[in-house]
Amino acid sequence: MARAVSVRRKAVVTLVAWTVGLAIFFPILWTILTSFKTEAQAIASPPLFFGFDWTLENYATVQERSDYFRHFWNSVVISFGSTLLGLLIAIPAAWSMAFVPGRRTKDVLMWMLSTKMLPPVGVLIPIYLIFRDTGLLDTRLGLVIVLTLINLPIIIWMLFTYFKEIPGEILEAARMDGADLRSEILYVLTPMAVPGIASTLLLNVILAWNEAFWTLNLTAAQAAPLTAFIASYSSPEGLFYAKLSAASTLAIAPILVLGWFSQKQLVRGLTFGAVK
Amino acid sequence: MPSLTRALLGACALGVFSTGMLSAAAVAETITIATVNNGDMIRMQGLTEDFTAKHPGIALEWVTLEENVLRQRVTTDIATKGGQYDVMTIGTYEVPIWGRQGWLVSLNDLPDSYDIDDILPAIRGGLTVDGHLYAAPFYGESSMVMYRTDLMQAAGLEMPEAPTWDFIAQAARAMTDKDNEVYGICLRGKAGWGENMAFLTATANSFGARWFDMDWRPQFDSEAWATTLTFYLDLMADAGPPGASSNGFNENLALFQTGKCGMWIDATVAASFVTNPAESTVADKVGFALAPDNGLGKRGNWLWAWSLAIPAGTQKEAAAKAFIAWATSKEYLDLVAESEGWANVPPGTRTSLYENPNYAQVPFARITLDSINSADPTSPTVDPVPYVGVQFVAIPEFQGLATAVGQQFSAALAGTIPAEQALATAQTLAEREMRRAGYTR
Repeated sequence: MARAVSVRRKAVVTLVAWTVGLAIFFPILWTILTSFKTEAQAIASPPLFFGFDWTLENYATVQERSDYFRHFWNSVVISFGSTLLGLLIAIPAAWSMAFVPGRRTKDVLMWMLSTKMLPPVGVLIPIYLIFRDTGLLDTRLGLVIVLTLINLPIIIWMLFTYFKEIPGEILEAARMDGADLRSEILYVLTPMAVPGIASTLLLNVILAWNEAFWTLNLTAAQAAPLTAFIASYSSPEGLFYAKLSAASTLAIAPILVLGWFSQKQLVRGLTFGAVK
Repeated sequence: MPSLTRALLGACALGVFSTGMLSAAAVAETITIATVNNGDMIRMQGLTEDFTAKHPGIALEWVTLEENVLRQRVTTDIATKGGQYDVMTIGTYEVPIWGRQGWLVSLNDLPDSYDIDDILPAIRGGLTVDGHLYAAPFYGESSMVMYRTDLMQAAGLEMPEAPTWDFIAQAARAMTDKDNEVYGICLRGKAGWGENMAFLTATANSFGARWFDMDWRPQFDSEAWATTLTFYLDLMADAGPPGASSNGFNENLALFQTGKCGMWIDATVAASFVTNPAESTVADKVGFALAPDNGLGKRGNWLWAWSLAIPAGTQKEAAAKAFIAWATSKEYLDLVAESEGWANVPPGTRTSLYENPNYAQVPFARITLDSINSADPTSPTVDPVPYVGVQFVAIPEFQGLATAVGQQFSAALAGTIPAEQALATAQTLAEREMRRAGYTR
């Protein structure tokens, strides 16, 4: 009896999980399918699922019209660059907050998080003027800096949470053995927090890869990443869904592949310390 | 350390070091052109070899963006003198505002060979401020009626060349066959100053309504606006497609091309799409007529021109002017005709194009010209107004205000609020905005 209930429960849970998973994945699947249709098929009513003449015409058009690899490389540089810079700043910051908290540590953490509550457009003009005066407009360096600053609160918060799980006694023991601050962070803390650092890194790369406000507003021709590449395929007058879908598929493919191969690491890191 | 983490950190390091590795391989003077993703613009990008062959010292860099992103991006850049662009694609809404602000370079000194007097007077008027032409038109458009000749015939009606709104309403209801998903009329319903409000503002002009009186007092509480909105809502309820409050240009284009609309009143530029057999299932059954009127002396058509302008302060003014002179020249029209055919020539900018016997063969050429000529941005309404613009009011506050008003009208079309409430809220919104901006007390 108990076995029957268990099997039924498993089946229900599996069904629910697959339904939710497919519902989440459906927009991506639809985008990919649309990218292989003609513009006329893309707007067909009722919508065509698989029964259409598959074509690579949209990918050819996108390749012909845009320099995909330049946009791709800009995305790689900006997302990985800002993530590494963010980690370099966030690891010592999270260490100090986790292991040497002061009276105001909680306030500082909350304040950092509050910067995420500000609508980005509210600071667009000041940032734009600073970038103009420092020559950072339309440069990858400028975007690395701004995305680092934007995602820093999240990186610090995540690392702080992981570091809090590490017993302070281990660090004390390292200190007793003569480890200085640098060695303590580099050789004791960091290896122990690798799952947390890896998931923070992955999440931040994804956030930076998908960031579409600053990357669109602070770039023109040179530093424009894949978000600008997608934006160039939306048309106010004329059908564009199939070509836009092809551009979107090309833009999300690298991060989708990265996410697929690192999902184990990502899940492990994100659930780190969730269950005690 | 797991290999995946090592690889990711390695990639990060590569990213950081690469940020400084910007290419400095600029040999020619490079001008950056911001533009929208319209067919004519994309075609121009494909023909730039002609320009670079004639101007070997100038290289072109394109930034193509979605219309709203482009507008936000170039507005930020020009307002802060960011200097990211040397040529910008802007419309007839921005030109009077930016020209007055001193943000654009005057194009009055383009060479004689450019033949500035050849630009259509209505379009030129919309791009001129205090005697200075601040942008050169790349393509111009008005709006008109596109209709299915077979459905019109089946309904036993004949479309006049200059229909009235009453005829349009009668024909739309007669052509509607909801069981077979054929709707008599498709009109814009999606909220936005350039979406439903472009159509409704132009329509309101023909009903005798206006946005503001001569003292900038909002007029949504007038009888004329009530008549306009009620007519639109009733017509769409009887003869419009379902979900029309989400339909903009592209959605209606898709409906018309798939044979679901009897009539569509929208941009003249759509004519080339709906008559293209590669895209449209009804390509050989489309007729054209002027936008409707109500016998008050104004038709419900708008005027727009995507135009090329130079932001003040660019370091590459001469090269930017050379590019604009090429892209908006008579020779460019010939170049497009030669490589893509006359139907694909950017319409609505030059008188000489409409005098060309080859272009006269294009089925929608004359109606496009007549539509453009019948729109007057300096006198758009039946009663006098203090503003310029047919389907917009050329003041900076209009974008935000009209989008908010458009949301009310879209909600009324969706049936979530009654027309009276939409108009009352629109009046309140407009009064508050005009007071805040200092036009009224």
